[in-house]
Amino acid sequence: MATIETIDVSRAPRKGTRRVLGMPIGLISPIVLLGLWEIAARTGAVNVTFFPAPSTILATGFAQAQTAQFWGDLGISLQRIAVGLVMGAVPGVLVGLAMGLFRPVREALNPLIAALFPIPKIALLPLLLLIFGIGETSKYVTIAINVFFLMTINTFAGVVSTPKIYFEVARNLKASRLKTYLTVALPGALPGIFTGLRICMGTALILLVAVEFSTADSGVGYRIWWAWTVFWVDTMYVGFLVIAILGLGFSYAVDFLERLVIPWHRKHER
Amino acid sequence: MTGKTGKIEVDGVAKVFGDPQRGFRAIDKVDLTIADGEFVCIVGPSGCGKSTLIRMFAGLEHPSEGQIRIAHDNPDRPMTAMIFQQESAFPWLTVADNAAYGLRASGTWRGAESQERVDYFLQKTGLYSFRDFRPDQLSGGMKQRLSIARAFATNPEVLLMDEPFAALDEQNKLIMQEELATLWEEFRSTVVFITHGLDEAVLLGDRVVVMSSAPGRFIHSLEIDLPRPRKSAEIRRTPEFGALTAELWDILGHEVRTARQQEADRIQAAGR
Repeated sequence: MATIETIDVSRAPRKGTRRVLGMPIGLISPIVLLGLWEIAARTGAVNVTFFPAPSTILATGFAQAQTAQFWGDLGISLQRIAVGLVMGAVPGVLVGLAMGLFRPVREALNPLIAALFPIPKIALLPLLLLIFGIGETSKYVTIAINVFFLMTINTFAGVVSTPKIYFEVARNLKASRLKTYLTVALPGALPGIFTGLRICMGTALILLVAVEFSTADSGVGYRIWWAWTVFWVDTMYVGFLVIAILGLGFSYAVDFLERLVIPWHRKHER
Repeated sequence: MTGKTGKIEVDGVAKVFGDPQRGFRAIDKVDLTIADGEFVCIVGPSGCGKSTLIRMFAGLEHPSEGQIRIAHDNPDRPMTAMIFQQESAFPWLTVADNAAYGLRASGTWRGAESQERVDYFLQKTGLYSFRDFRPDQLSGGMKQRLSIARAFATNPEVLLMDEPFAALDEQNKLIMQEELATLWEEFRSTVVFITHGLDEAVLLGDRVVVMSSAPGRFIHSLEIDLPRPRKSAEIRRTPEFGALTAELWDILGHEVRTARQQEADRIQAAGR
């Protein structure tokens, strides 16, 4: 017997964010997790010595946010990241561009960078302490070295993946080297530069905490370590929370900047 | 057009990719003279080296043998501007900045006068009201019109076009051909135009040069003495248009079959 297949809008896939109880599903999962944790802590299912209830952590956090120490730690940590980022990113982008544009530079530096990049930069900290002493400089430089390599590699990749045709247009129209650098290579590398920045922000946080654990007497990482020595677990968790918020904030900041600076580079969204 | 001094003189030019002896011989010792203000179309089978030739004119490739001389008469004008087959508008520049790029890059930007010129060609290509848009907001046809505006605004002594309409759909192509003819008839700069379309070549060119299958050589030169200005629809209805197109195909058809056989041999050899 013949059947009729109806094709209309009723079978079309639903568009937009999935929602449960009117909230985006991405917001539901952390809330559920925190809720379960809270219940487990209050009923004694988990040991609050190690896993204090989220409400306790929040209360400690609010209390600490009233203190100068909290903001001092946050300030110095942000300063270390910012200075390290600028110290590493500016030369990284320049070297990456030079490698992408000039074959001799590429051939000279490629093996060097390939060999040095995999060294965990934190392993250099003792050497940097010897050279720069225990002050801020050694902390900046540790972060900067890491940023430098990531930015060099990603900028280089950005230049190389720029379609050749744009360089040919510039060459055909007799654009000078410098003009080609500024009007083709740099904008062409920007998507790569942003990829580099995104990775840098994550690894810079890791290095920041590692450096502050070992050689600092201030900063968010130091405060976490210090909380361990005096067994203030709530304070330790506040530190985790601050790091998490910083990571999220950096990620949003890079997204925002990317949309602002390279609006032509749209992600392929469904 | 012989007898005049050439705007472009190609003298015994060959191009070999890879090893000079055993490498792929794309072009084999060709000679060609293109007069000042002449619109020359070059047709030939795929892989005959016609793109390589125009890329040499554009300064993007160098001949392996021989010499190309292009007379650069006015240092205030760039020598060549190329319109590529692929999309070549810079995604990071607005339509207006893209159109101005040639003048700015070649250091021939002359303030308000140049701006007027850029605006003029944006208007001619129907892009003036999109001047603050970015290329990713335009259609494929508009992007190609932008490349044309950029090249014309540059005011080059020689316009080079490498299958500029090949990526467009048939109907857009017909319109663009007519627009290009109108635009060119206004300025009459020297043009070298590479195409697969025999009708396109006859419609646009003062002369059509036919290239052989690889290694590319010039095997025929056909003067197109259809009157200008040429209106696409009218020209296409004339018996002369049909006869010229058919004559071209008579010459080229054999070469295309040869090229196919060469290609088949090459693939089989590579497969072994």
